[in-house]
Amino acid sequence: MMPATLVAEQVLNGLQFGVMLFLMSAGLTLVFGVMGLINLAHGSLYMIGAFACAAVVSLTGSFWLGLAASLAAAAAAGALVEMTLMRRLYQRGHLDQVLVTFALILVFSEGTRWIFGAFPLYLDIPPSLAGTVALPGGLDYPLYRLVIIAAGLAVAAGLFQLVSRTRLGMRIRAGESDREMIAAIGVNIRALYTAVFALGAALAGFAGAVIGSITSVEVGMGEPVLILAFVVIVIGGIGSIKGALVGAILVGVTDTMGRLLLPALFGTFLEPADAAATGASLASMLIYLLMALILFFRPGGLFGKVA
Amino acid sequence: MRALVTPVAALVLCAASVTASADGLKVGMITTLSGGGSALGVDVRDGFMLALDQSERSDIEVVIEDDQRKPEIAVQIADKMVQSDNVDVLTGIIWSNLAIAVVPSVVRQGKFYLSPNAGPSKLAGEGCHENYFNVAWQNDNLHEAAGGHANDAGFTNSFILAPNYPAGHDALTGYKRFFTGEIEAEVYTELGQTDYAAEIAQIRASDADSVFFFLPGGMGISFMKQYAGSGVDLPVVGPAFSFDQGILNAVGEAALGVRNTSQWSKDLDNATNQAFVASFQEAYGRLPSLYASQGFDTANLLISALDKADVSDTQAFREALRAADFSSVRGDFMFGPNHHPVQDIYVREVIMEGGVLTNRIVSLALEDHADAYAGECSM
Repeated sequence: MMPATLVAEQVLNGLQFGVMLFLMSAGLTLVFGVMGLINLAHGSLYMIGAFACAAVVSLTGSFWLGLAASLAAAAAAGALVEMTLMRRLYQRGHLDQVLVTFALILVFSEGTRWIFGAFPLYLDIPPSLAGTVALPGGLDYPLYRLVIIAAGLAVAAGLFQLVSRTRLGMRIRAGESDREMIAAIGVNIRALYTAVFALGAALAGFAGAVIGSITSVEVGMGEPVLILAFVVIVIGGIGSIKGALVGAILVGVTDTMGRLLLPALFGTFLEPADAAATGASLASMLIYLLMALILFFRPGGLFGKVA
Repeated sequence: MRALVTPVAALVLCAASVTASADGLKVGMITTLSGGGSALGVDVRDGFMLALDQSERSDIEVVIEDDQRKPEIAVQIADKMVQSDNVDVLTGIIWSNLAIAVVPSVVRQGKFYLSPNAGPSKLAGEGCHENYFNVAWQNDNLHEAAGGHANDAGFTNSFILAPNYPAGHDALTGYKRFFTGEIEAEVYTELGQTDYAAEIAQIRASDADSVFFFLPGGMGISFMKQYAGSGVDLPVVGPAFSFDQGILNAVGEAALGVRNTSQWSKDLDNATNQAFVASFQEAYGRLPSLYASQGFDTANLLISALDKADVSDTQAFREALRAADFSSVRGDFMFGPNHHPVQDIYVREVIMEGGVLTNRIVSLALEDHADAYAGECSM
């Protein structure tokens, strides 16, 4: 029997992983949904955010300045990429977009390697967020991860407000349904697209900095997360912020709980060594099985438009 | 006219390269120089090149390529080195899954492979080969010593953790072979994983009295930092890979006092080792790790064989390698029947020395220790 505190802690870990995936997927799903653009280089923006944070932290010693730098650097990189390259790709097919954005991954990765080297960088979380807090039920949980959950949920709430309540959000939704009409009534669609792209990039950069601070900051760190983010937006339904949030938390919790429960499940009928190895291998596939299952019943994703 | 010149030039070039390889030796080094495993590859490379520099030989040529810790890339590089670079000896691979992908085909093609790090059980037992020499250890060895040390430390119930790849399986097998207490749980993580929240939660909820983990390179750094910040205070024990010089620098004081097992340490008291540590620091401005010591020994083994025999005389060159007639930084060094080392393994402790975290030897764990698979090898 598994102790309740373990299950509770794993749910929190899954939630923390989920909200981080949401920050990555939100930009991806907006760009894909609103502009019809597949951006494989979204993972590079995550990496840029992490490296910007690492660079500023090593210069100034302040984590908070580093965090601000990650937002600024990723948004700037996103806006620059949108204005110089993506603009030319909206009219083209997905294959061209995939090729160009894949090339961007290589450019960003090699560029970062050139500036920062191939060694990973390791950051320290600020002392004010270090340590653990005692939660009800006798569970000690790292404060930093709790703050990540809170920050992620706050960003999610902010994004909902932005998309559903503000003028900018109204234009984004209008642009999604009819690009020509909204241009005809005098909205500057170009500036709108740049803003959406930069916003998505900033969220990815923020996620990179926050996660890079507890794991490691290295070239290529964005690509594994990018793959998961694509799984999230396919599960949630392309273009839907709500879908991205639900999908991200579903993927985060499934992955984390799978890594705990599958080896335990196999342990009931296999040798411990085999159970651990088989369970671990299968757990890494679990979210793809989840995606297949959801697409089988809802081909458009949980909150997607019916195709 | 031009059409004629090119083939002639090509012929001349061919002849030149044939002569070069008959006189000297060409080494192909495939190792990890980027990403979370790069500190290991860089140290092996630097140790190896330091030994070559000190030998002042001009007849050894080295080609170095980065495998990015990806088996498919390692295989491509090996094919290129064997087929178009015409190397005589290959070396450098850090990760066991890459070694398993590369070594068998390379040695079957008549090349020598000297492993400066990976020692998967698969290549030590039935899969052994007369052209494959492991200069580091068989994978299980340091973990066996760690299991023995855990007994001595009075631990009776361990939570054990390693990445899900061949060396991770060997690690847990090795620990369990010598540890006489209970195993609370064994957990496999993904190779290259950077977030260990899920595993730390399981450790927190367990009834274990100790944590054994094998997480080399960047994985170990991430784990130790997160473990230190998690509030879990079970004592940890591990192989030197989890507490090598590169990891200690990044982890900081959280590692202070931890015991780990190694076949090498900076303070091993022999003249070769003292000279190695001093010259490595002078050349690269940092303390060497066990990986650097393994790279250094690998190059010196190679040089000792080349002193005795020409690589084109395969039989004689193999005998010269087997004799291991070189001065090792580990003191005594000899190969067992399956071309894996028979050597002493020590318990080390992480200490602070002059403001830098490093290791010092506490005791001898296993004397003249051979691996468990030698009996299965027939060559």
